[in-house]
Amino acid sequence: MKDSTHEPYPDPHHGHYSKTVFGFWIYLLTDFMLFAAYFAAYVVLQTSTFGGPGGKEIFNYPLVLTQTLILLTAAFTSGIGGVFAHRRSKQGALISFLVTFVLGVVFLSLQISDYHHLIATGNSWERSAFLTAYFNLVGLHTIHIVFGLCWIIVFLIPLCREGITEIILTRLSCLRMFWQFLAIVWIFIFTIVYLAGVNV
Amino acid sequence: MLGRLTAEALKHDWIEYLAGVSMILGGIALVALLTHKKKWGWLWKEWITSVDHKKIGIMYIVVSFIMLVKGLIDAFMMRAQQAFACGDSMGYLGAEHFQQIFTAHGVTMIFFVGMGVMFGVINLILPLQIGARDVAFPFLNNLSFWLFSAGSLYILVSLVIGVFAGTGWTSYPPLASLKYSPGVGVDYWLWSIQISGVGSLLSGVNFFVTILKMRCKGMSLRRMPIFVWATFATVILVIFAFPILTAVVGMLSSDRLFGSHFFTSEAGGNPMMYINLIWAWGHPEVYILILPAFGIFSEVVPVFSQKRLFGYTSMVWAIFAICFLSFIVWLHHFFTMGAGPNVNAFFGIMTMIIAVPTGVKVFNWLFTMVQGRVIFSTPMLWFIGFIVTFTVGGMAGVIMAIPAVDFQLHNSLFLIAHFHTVIIGGVLFGFFAGYSYWFPKFFGFTLDEKLGKYAFWCWFFGFLIAFVPLYILGLMGATRRLDHYAADLGWQPLFVIASLGAVLIAIGVGFQVWQLLASIKNSKHHRDITGDPWNGRTLEWSTTSPPPFYNYAFIPEVHERDAFWAMKQAGIEAETRKYREIHMPKNTAAGFYVGLASFVFGFAIVWYIWWLAALSFIGILVALIARIYQKEVDYHVSAQEVAYIESQSKAKLS
Repeated sequence: MKDSTHEPYPDPHHGHYSKTVFGFWIYLLTDFMLFAAYFAAYVVLQTSTFGGPGGKEIFNYPLVLTQTLILLTAAFTSGIGGVFAHRRSKQGALISFLVTFVLGVVFLSLQISDYHHLIATGNSWERSAFLTAYFNLVGLHTIHIVFGLCWIIVFLIPLCREGITEIILTRLSCLRMFWQFLAIVWIFIFTIVYLAGVNV
Repeated sequence: MLGRLTAEALKHDWIEYLAGVSMILGGIALVALLTHKKKWGWLWKEWITSVDHKKIGIMYIVVSFIMLVKGLIDAFMMRAQQAFACGDSMGYLGAEHFQQIFTAHGVTMIFFVGMGVMFGVINLILPLQIGARDVAFPFLNNLSFWLFSAGSLYILVSLVIGVFAGTGWTSYPPLASLKYSPGVGVDYWLWSIQISGVGSLLSGVNFFVTILKMRCKGMSLRRMPIFVWATFATVILVIFAFPILTAVVGMLSSDRLFGSHFFTSEAGGNPMMYINLIWAWGHPEVYILILPAFGIFSEVVPVFSQKRLFGYTSMVWAIFAICFLSFIVWLHHFFTMGAGPNVNAFFGIMTMIIAVPTGVKVFNWLFTMVQGRVIFSTPMLWFIGFIVTFTVGGMAGVIMAIPAVDFQLHNSLFLIAHFHTVIIGGVLFGFFAGYSYWFPKFFGFTLDEKLGKYAFWCWFFGFLIAFVPLYILGLMGATRRLDHYAADLGWQPLFVIASLGAVLIAIGVGFQVWQLLASIKNSKHHRDITGDPWNGRTLEWSTTSPPPFYNYAFIPEVHERDAFWAMKQAGIEAETRKYREIHMPKNTAAGFYVGLASFVFGFAIVWYIWWLAALSFIGILVALIARIYQKEVDYHVSAQEVAYIESQSKAKLS
């Protein structure tokens, strides 16, 4: 980051890091709002099973708990990656985000196997409004996971080539925030969809 | 190969052919003109790929003008239909076509005129007023514009290929579900709104960061011009409301594409949830449109009253009270849903309370004029027209906020008259005031005052003649969206009067076109060489007209509100500082490519052309990743070049 304290007239175009990270916070806020709308729809529709199964019958709790632990670990390793990036340790950042990537892939494959199982047993989103809301809410999270995985690859290639520059540090910080955001949204899904679903 | 796109999609009635052919001919004429004048390179380098906030702002307004003409033609067609389609006469439009017209009119005017002009003005003015050289994320700004344009293009394309939605501009299910609207119309609607909505959302984030991170030295929050405050509240609304729109449009898309059951009337779907969600976005949306207009008037009134704004602090509080309240009134759009008396009472009272901060603002503007030396220039006339119409329209809104009354007025022409009064009288008049006020800043010459005043009077009386009859018709029981009515109702004379008002508005638009052309022709005579033609108060008037691409050679330093006014009072000293190099972003084509690929993506899904959808989606990703890998996205303007540009503008002055 350029030190602009010596300039008599500070140029606000500098300070790329602080602007981008702040902007990313605001973007995450909008993404939370997007999820909030889907959560609202889910809560409205969760009892509209239309003769189909409710949450109690279809949720696979051991699987969900495993997924939760995996995703929280992925968020943790991405956080470690952010710390390494700030210490300008290329290798540390690289390894941490690769671990995040692997955990993310495992999470994703468990998620897909869960969808596959539901669809195979005739409980797809076409079955009832409840399943529509379930598939869309959790599916929105899954799409975010896929994007998160893609961006890890896209950001790690220049990291390998160039090491930690100001721009890469900014991007890794955003990437870290994104994975932690994914974990936080998942905690809401875990609570509102799965835990509260026991009684529905 | 082409999904459901067949030759059938090109079949229309003669009116649609006329529209389509004239649009295509217009397009061909434009291409020919550009080729003839060898302007393609100029268009590409100076505009399409530009990340300059001023150019993006102008492009927003140009696109909005095209859409405004389209939306006005829709309006005139509706007026003509309703003036004639009485008793035995069925009018000249079929019911299907009439439905498409009122839907397209609403979508065009809200999303691509209202949003477009406001985002255009914000782009132009915001960085200048806070003393910045650009917005926080210039590339994102360019991308937002192209997503907005891609969204607007669907409305034009649907004139030629296929049909547009006939479901009303909010497309309520179950009518908008696949079962009852199997055609492509609703899909065009969905993608038009989804893509432009994402653009608006990105702009919201961008302006938010710009205001908080890019203010010049000394400009604390409490020294910001009211326009900046209004923009700040607007983008907060965008940030909170637009994701809800993205979500609800996504849910309806899911219902239509994948057979899910959010809003279907079978399998447990809940259509009323759609109406709740769309208005949870839709009500903040009307304040997203009106708050920047309030900001514009707060700039115009003090300048032309030659006096500082009355009640700055209460103005800011009022803006944020409106900002907050706008999120807890959405249910007043459907009191008749039957939510029960307590729920309706809550939303009714909250709606009435919005009149309080709005009233505060109205009185502040009026008190600004008191004891001022008021100059009745064109922007000021728009303001006075606004005060009259907006107050009337606002009071009509308060009447409808009473749930019991609303049960009578819901979906009547009274409602139509109400929201046109506040949107035309508020948003559009606000934009026109800003247009004549800030035009010289960006083009270097003022607009013709006389023609501007003619345009105002035509608009003002045309508006009253067009909409006062609708209030009366609404009270007589006329509902909205009628393509035909019985003769013995006695409505026809009022509909005829309303269409005469539309003619007067058309004359007003004619004067505006004439004003623009005449002002360009005579631009030598009213050139603005000082950069400050109105004796302005805020920073944008302290730079040249038009401003250099870097806005300010030296970032200004602010010591109080009305910063430029204070500088003038203190006496501006000749610049003696040495010029320094300036850091600026480079142009990029990535935004244009992403916009184009997004358009193709949506189009392909509308017509079920899956391979093209996949291809264009890959295109979006490739363009974005290429942008991420781009090196040297900015550059430095050398101190010599700055010195040269500044000396050129000084030479013009003397």
